[in-house]
Amino acid sequence: MSKTYYSPTHEYVTVDGNIGYIGISDYAQHALGNVVYVDMPEQGDDLEAGEEFGAVESVKAASDLFAPVSGAVIESNEQLIDNPRLINEDAMANWIVKIELTDPSELENLMDEEAYRAHCEAEKH
Amino acid sequence: MNKKYYGKVIFELSRPGRQGYSLPSNGCDDVLPTLPAGLLRQNAPQLPEVDELTAVRHYNNMSTNNFGVDTGFYPLGSCTMKYNPKINEEMASLPAFTSLHPFQPSATVQGALEAYYTLQRMLCEIGGMAEFTLNPYAGAHGELTGLMVIRAYHESRGDTKRTKVIVPDSAHGTNPASAAVAGLKVVEVKSLPDGTVDVNALRPLLDDTIAAVMMTNPNTVGIFEHNIPEIAEIVHACGALLYYDGANLNPLLGVARPGDMGFDVMHINLHKTFSTPHGGGGPGAGPVGVRAGLEQFLPNPRVVKHSGDDDPLFHLDFGTEKAPHALGRISSWLGNFAVELRALAYILSLGSDGLKLAGTLATLNANYVKESLRDLYALPIDRVCKHEFVFDGLADKSTGVTTLNVAKRLLDHGFHAPTIYFPLLFHESLMIEPTETESKETLDEFIAVMRDIAREAAEDPETVKNAPLETPIRKPDDTAAALNPVVTFAELD
Amino acid sequence: MTHRYFPHTPEDIAAMLERCNMKSLDELYSDVPESLKLKRDYDLQPQMSEKEVRDFFEELAVRNQPLTCFAGAGFYDHYTPAVVQSLASRSEFLTAYTPYQPEISQGTLQYIFEYQSMMTQLTGMEVSNASMYDGTTAVAEAMLMAISHARKRNRVLVSATLNPIYREVIDTYARYHGVRVDTIAEKDGVTDLDTMREMLADGDVAGVIVATPNFYGILEDYTGVADMVHAAKALLIMTAPASTLGVIRTPGEWGADIAAGEAQSLGMPLNFGGPYLGYICCSKALIRKLPGRIVGATTDADGQRVFVLTLQAREQHIRRDKATSNICSNQGLMALYVAMYLSLMGAKGLREVNELSAAGAHYLASRLVETGAFELKYPDRPFLNEFVVRFKGEVKLADFVEVCNSCGCLPGVMISEDELLVCVTETRTKEEIDRYVWRAETFSKATVPAMNGGVAANEMSN
Repeated sequence: MSKTYYSPTHEYVTVDGNIGYIGISDYAQHALGNVVYVDMPEQGDDLEAGEEFGAVESVKAASDLFAPVSGAVIESNEQLIDNPRLINEDAMANWIVKIELTDPSELENLMDEEAYRAHCEAEKH
Repeated sequence: MNKKYYGKVIFELSRPGRQGYSLPSNGCDDVLPTLPAGLLRQNAPQLPEVDELTAVRHYNNMSTNNFGVDTGFYPLGSCTMKYNPKINEEMASLPAFTSLHPFQPSATVQGALEAYYTLQRMLCEIGGMAEFTLNPYAGAHGELTGLMVIRAYHESRGDTKRTKVIVPDSAHGTNPASAAVAGLKVVEVKSLPDGTVDVNALRPLLDDTIAAVMMTNPNTVGIFEHNIPEIAEIVHACGALLYYDGANLNPLLGVARPGDMGFDVMHINLHKTFSTPHGGGGPGAGPVGVRAGLEQFLPNPRVVKHSGDDDPLFHLDFGTEKAPHALGRISSWLGNFAVELRALAYILSLGSDGLKLAGTLATLNANYVKESLRDLYALPIDRVCKHEFVFDGLADKSTGVTTLNVAKRLLDHGFHAPTIYFPLLFHESLMIEPTETESKETLDEFIAVMRDIAREAAEDPETVKNAPLETPIRKPDDTAAALNPVVTFAELD
Repeated sequence: MTHRYFPHTPEDIAAMLERCNMKSLDELYSDVPESLKLKRDYDLQPQMSEKEVRDFFEELAVRNQPLTCFAGAGFYDHYTPAVVQSLASRSEFLTAYTPYQPEISQGTLQYIFEYQSMMTQLTGMEVSNASMYDGTTAVAEAMLMAISHARKRNRVLVSATLNPIYREVIDTYARYHGVRVDTIAEKDGVTDLDTMREMLADGDVAGVIVATPNFYGILEDYTGVADMVHAAKALLIMTAPASTLGVIRTPGEWGADIAAGEAQSLGMPLNFGGPYLGYICCSKALIRKLPGRIVGATTDADGQRVFVLTLQAREQHIRRDKATSNICSNQGLMALYVAMYLSLMGAKGLREVNELSAAGAHYLASRLVETGAFELKYPDRPFLNEFVVRFKGEVKLADFVEVCNSCGCLPGVMISEDELLVCVTETRTKEEIDRYVWRAETFSKATVPAMNGGVAANEMSN
């Protein structure tokens, strides 16, 4: 049974066992506008919670990606190379990087869906 | 400006066998066939073949779809789009300057070296500095050079802990970018609601890991940093140097000097404050000045003046034993020399009395426009401004008309848009800098149009949102351009 | 005080102050601490009329003596067609700002697009940016591209045959950016490829920088180098004066990843060092690492093919400290010079420029050797239009050079006490070349004829 957690910087990680799928939230893709490029890590790279691991670019902006949890990169979503707009179409389904978690306890520092929704509401003001 | 789009690319006008050039023969034997074939290119480059008139018409027609200062008003904040005097062009084009090879012996280029030296001394007087290098090619290049000078200074003191630069969150993007290229980490300091640096937020950031604090004054929202004496004091007390981004120097002309405020290193944008043309994105020039004690860290080559008995008087210094910490080179020679000549002509044309008024008139123009539009546009900082000021979009945003819409609608009226969405302090930033060369009539016309657009935004918002309507091209698809970049003629269908 | 650049009349000022609720201009600076105000005039001369400005510059101009140019070393005296200067001075081009508002800047965007297209043709690469400041900074930024691309590697190899001025700028950038630069030794005027192989094997290399023609004018053979560099997972950066790319094997053909260098040789006057233009081109795969502006084609709301600045997310105004570079203003208008120059010259004209330059250079080289006053330093190395000769005269080379100077000639660049780097372009006539040879015959001997009255002035001077 997979569960999704959110970070305050609008990344999510959907966890299934010890595998995590990291992407940006729907709120983030909407704020960014049309995604034209995703700068993704390579297989074998190590992600550290809170550290920057890539970026998402639109025409007028570029947003750094911060790892919600630590882990080793299994693969990056190759589909996003030719079609970065998938993130706009469905940010939750189109993850950016698939990792193996090295410290699942870090999930406790993240928000669940409800808490995240409240966080976004607060940010709007 | 021609509202009909010309749009052709020279390659489309090419026809095999046409020729646009003429070259004299020198009667020497062709040696290309004797060179090793493996060292020559296999296929000729695909370049146009056009006759001279076709080329002339092409570039002429292309130019009519362009807007320049000579066409109309450019209220671009932080760009200082003032008039580019034509005498400057003539002086910079004198063959006695344009035909000089850098490696000519000093004795044969005394005029050029004296021009450099004279401009350098003038900028010292205007900036309150001890010496300037004119070698950096642009403002950002000047920032980079200035930060390298600062690092060289700390290194000479054996201080290797200083790896950070403090930059206000309102700063121009080149500030943190230059810091990154210079190998320094960026620390942001928060601004107060009026855009000035929050001294209380700055103080705790200052320690012995800080190499420099970069600031501009007035700041990027056009407000004078009145706390600068205190800021200079605490920055120096922690052992760091204070860097002045000269992009906003214009209103200080005749009024105040960065050197007197405690800045240690500064750069000037000749293509802003000193009227050299923007050229569609360059060439500019970003001279860097330093206070006394830092001259030895300036880059090579430097122009030095020997004593009156020496012949010749002006020499080039490429770094000597006396300057072991000199930066080395950041340019191939003395920078964009022809741009420097233009600035020299400008300063001569203005003189001490003209320069004295330039800043004040620029500030008058800015405040006049601000006061004339504050009822219809949101004014987040209600104070006297300097050369520029920021509106946070329309006062009445109820119809959903954005700063972008307003900017594009201005194009329909024959004005270039102001700077939009910068600085990042306000969501709907509209930064306006009129410069001192604009007449009251021009400003009144601009004010009238801005009022008209505000009215239109309330009564007929769809028209504003669909702008521009009367430009040669409308609403280019930026997303497609970024998703699938087509950057050469070969890639066009 | 009135001035031709300030439109304000006293009536204007009064009306404007009133709108601002102020009584005097001083109030505009009421928020500036008194202690900071400059309470005197600048110590500069008062304003000059246009005529006085002309006189000032004429007085300076008179103390410049342009010399007939046989010097290169990175700055080349090629011919600029009249059309170029004439059209580049059109105010719609000259006084325009950066084309951030594409709707009213298609002129600028179009010529940049043409420039980009032409540079990719010259370099044999896939993409180009809109310009860098000059050749030296373009190569330095190419180095930073390689470092950024390699992520964890911090070492760059640079051939000893690179122009020393380029090396100095590379060293400055490297020192502060934290890059380790190692020199690949030269052997008989060219890059020692065996040494390069060894150094690559040591590892940690992000990029390799080589030149052809190199500083000595020699055309180097880089067969196998791209493979060698790529096997070590590094990028190959190649630099050449742009004009020579009209005929020599291109960086693209050599397998380079980045081509960067100086484009001054494409119709820009010598201008005592600037403004010039740095070109930087690369493979499509590296496009997002390119510094500076890039123009792309797209369509507008009416379906027209139009041009815009694209991939701006790389640049400083968006990416700030994570930008690919800090560059903002580039060389703008100089890209127009290149576009117009290459439009007029075409491939055929550019080839002819190189043919004439090389022909003149080889003619001069062989005749100098015939005089016995000079010998070629690298007689077995192929060169295009620049070469190094060793002086074998009875006087010092420096004295010979000085005599040439006083005859109105710049015979080359001294690269050591007895070596001269000489360049010939299509702008040198046979008469000028023959006079150079005559001087070599005459002034290399110990008994130099007296300057005053010894030899007829018109025989010596150009």
